[in-house]
Amino acid sequence: MALSREQLAQRVARELEDGYYVNLGIGIPTLVANYIPEGVEVMLQSENGLLGMGPFPTEEQVDADMVNAGKQTVTAIKGASIFSSAESFAMIRGGHVDLTVLGAFEVDVEGSIASYMIPGKLIKGMGGAMDLVAGADNIIVTMTHASKHGESKLLPRCTLPLTGFGCIRKVVTDLAYIEIADGRFWLRERAPGVSVDEIVRLTAGEMVVPEVVPEMVF
Amino acid sequence: MAGFDKVVANYAEAMVGLEDGMTVLAGGFGLCGIPENLINEIRRKGTRDLTVVSNNCGVDGFGLGVLLEDRQIRKMVSSYVGENKLFEEQLLAGILEVELTPQGTLAEKMRAGGAGIPAFFTATGYGTPVGEGKESRVFNGRHYIMEEAIVGDFAIVKAWKGDRFGNLIYRHAAQNFNPMVATAGKITVAEVEEIVEPGELEPSQVHTPGIYIDRLIQGHFEKRIEKRTVREG
Repeated sequence: MALSREQLAQRVARELEDGYYVNLGIGIPTLVANYIPEGVEVMLQSENGLLGMGPFPTEEQVDADMVNAGKQTVTAIKGASIFSSAESFAMIRGGHVDLTVLGAFEVDVEGSIASYMIPGKLIKGMGGAMDLVAGADNIIVTMTHASKHGESKLLPRCTLPLTGFGCIRKVVTDLAYIEIADGRFWLRERAPGVSVDEIVRLTAGEMVVPEVVPEMVF
Repeated sequence: MAGFDKVVANYAEAMVGLEDGMTVLAGGFGLCGIPENLINEIRRKGTRDLTVVSNNCGVDGFGLGVLLEDRQIRKMVSSYVGENKLFEEQLLAGILEVELTPQGTLAEKMRAGGAGIPAFFTATGYGTPVGEGKESRVFNGRHYIMEEAIVGDFAIVKAWKGDRFGNLIYRHAAQNFNPMVATAGKITVAEVEEIVEPGELEPSQVHTPGIYIDRLIQGHFEKRIEKRTVREG
């Protein structure tokens, strides 16, 4: 069975370490905050200028001056700090954020990522994604392994315009956990009940498959 | 206005000198911390052919979105413009141009502009459409592209409190782009929720020192919320 959105978020959450500053993108990455392992303390960075992002507000707490990077109303935890966009991206570009999790349309064997633009469709913009992928050493991409039509999103080379060049090392899809090194994908884990053959069939880029590929446990 | 007193009498006075074809930098992220009344004044004035530099372009009927209604914007420099139907129509019709700029690069371009730095190198955008046609260099084995600073004819910002010297404090996440925008205008206009007496703002807590501000006005704000998201409480 392919992973659900929640399981995907749960798997990514296992990469969190105590004391990490983490930036979570919009969509599945946001769900990661729901699965922070016990005993692990992380602080969430929101690139519009908030370190120490809290949960959504209650009706009474809603404040137009408190939003996250997705423009949703949000709260700040005790001990949060708030700063300008320049300061926020200094943190990001300067490599001070320990982990970035974001979605993508495509990833390739060189670690390039396409996530913001589909030619022919309206271009809405990259927001902070280009800065995030360029600035962080430790990035996890979350996406479905293939399109609804069975077209692989793990490619020899991205076909869509890039968000970042050669910057991705880890991908968690609904089928597998894959690392990228030396110009190849490396299959590390598979979703429960998903065969290695199926993953291979839906991976267009060159992939190294070890003898044993452990199943994820939930 | 006299000496260090930056306070102007009304919104018309706040935007005196804004002319067709000028570049306007605007603070705010989404609808959070936008100079909504100064934007409405530009709408009222009817100034045209503007290049507007702002992270987003408001929504239909609010924020910078209102400047699209009479086609006052010719070019938009933003990181994300997806919240606006009129924007989409004008873009597809070819009457509006957009220069998509990564959010951090956009912030840094204005920071640099205000700080007298004409350009800088960043890894952001290397190998992507953003880097096309731009000078690139390798530092310590990594590729960087050169990005040029942005300075505006006008800069408009929104703060929480300000004194007549132009010292400003922003409230919560309404800070966002406002501090950089404030530094990068030939004329910078700030609107605030409350004008306080000099000395009421703790000097070490001032976000934008008054030296950057040319005009100040107190306004009433709707503070519309773009995506109201709540949890059961």
